[in-house]
Amino acid sequence: MFYHVGVSGVDLQPASFEELAIPLFDQLYNFAHWLTQNREEAEDLVQETYAKALKGFSSFQLGTNFRAWMYRILRNTFLTSRTGLKATMTVPLDPEEDGPELAVEHETPETLLFERSNRELLQSAIDELPVHFREILLLCEVEEMSYQEISETLSVPIGTVMSRLSRARKTLRDRLRRPQPQVGAATAAITKGTKHGL
Amino acid sequence: MVCESWKAKLDTYVDGELPEQEMRAFDAHVRSCPACSADALARVQMKRTIQVAGKRFTPSAEFRNRIQKSIASKPQRRFRLGWMLAALAAVILVVGTLTSAYLGSRSGRDQVFSEIADLHVAALASPSPVDVISTDRHTVKPWFQGKIPFAFNLPELQNSDFSLVGGRMVYLEQAPGAHLIYDVRKHHISVLVFQERSLPASLDRSPKKLPFNMETWSQGGLRYFVISDASAADIDRLAKLFKAAS
Repeated sequence: MFYHVGVSGVDLQPASFEELAIPLFDQLYNFAHWLTQNREEAEDLVQETYAKALKGFSSFQLGTNFRAWMYRILRNTFLTSRTGLKATMTVPLDPEEDGPELAVEHETPETLLFERSNRELLQSAIDELPVHFREILLLCEVEEMSYQEISETLSVPIGTVMSRLSRARKTLRDRLRRPQPQVGAATAAITKGTKHGL
Repeated sequence: MVCESWKAKLDTYVDGELPEQEMRAFDAHVRSCPACSADALARVQMKRTIQVAGKRFTPSAEFRNRIQKSIASKPQRRFRLGWMLAALAAVILVVGTLTSAYLGSRSGRDQVFSEIADLHVAALASPSPVDVISTDRHTVKPWFQGKIPFAFNLPELQNSDFSLVGGRMVYLEQAPGAHLIYDVRKHHISVLVFQERSLPASLDRSPKKLPFNMETWSQGGLRYFVISDASAADIDRLAKLFKAAS
């Protein structure tokens, strides 16, 4: 017997796999596309995630977070895929120690961003992040997961979540702070260098 | 420099992940510190922008259908299982209802037979077992007029071993009836007559565990009980006499 799982908890209504998993479909696909940076690969990744989750649904532990469980399956599937292995091998492992937190300067990347109101710029900057920064940033900001949920999804301690998240934000700010070429040209260059299937 | 310790936790603060007490202290500091306030605001704005920009990719309708079909077999099984469980529940309910009705019916029947036995024993234990003492059926029968709401016939006992002792009025299931006592070779036999409609249904089968021999039947809207420690043959013969007289 399984139960409906809320965003961050569990209630007591029995539920089928479909009832639990389908509401996560859009966000899982979005996350998969961010990781793979390719529509076909994202679809393959989501399909494999659902197949694995359905097969292993009987092993899903009552009282644990179903959403974190699904994201964990997706992420582990990605990491063992050819694209995932390539992404993790080409990106140097980031030390998890906290670096000094810099004060936000007067003209910050955030203010520049808002002045330009440039969503494409931000998306490109996120695309360029190493996959372990990209995923934690998306889980926190887009999926609005708590540190605990991120910890369960990534299978790392909460302290690591905090430090990795901090470094991901710092890296993103640094990249946004760099002088930007014309937005259209920058986007075209990034698109050419990656495998976006927008 | 004073704010460095605060800034180290600024991300955790805007994520709402600080402990409650620390959160309140941070709130107070941010309200009094323009630099930290501006920094916190900028980070919140960044969070919101990433949130909007991060919702970037939408799956195609065709892919959505494919995924839904691939996992649709699970709820169907659940659906069938649901129906099976519902059917099982219905069967249990029906069986339970029938069993309850049967037990209720049997319980009502046993209760009647038990009361009949009690009436028989109580009459024999009484120093005056009958209210009308007569061996003459033409004396006993009229005695019940105006006392019970029905009439019945008493058999002719000539050339038989039975003798009429008398009769009295009794109640069963809060309904009045006639209690006649006969003797046969020093055995006392009670014949009780009630209106059928005042008694529970399903009284045709005699109980197996009654400490007396008993025969019961329905005739002309009346229910007859013949009970005694006499032999079943004697009871049966007296019953036949009553059946013939009615």
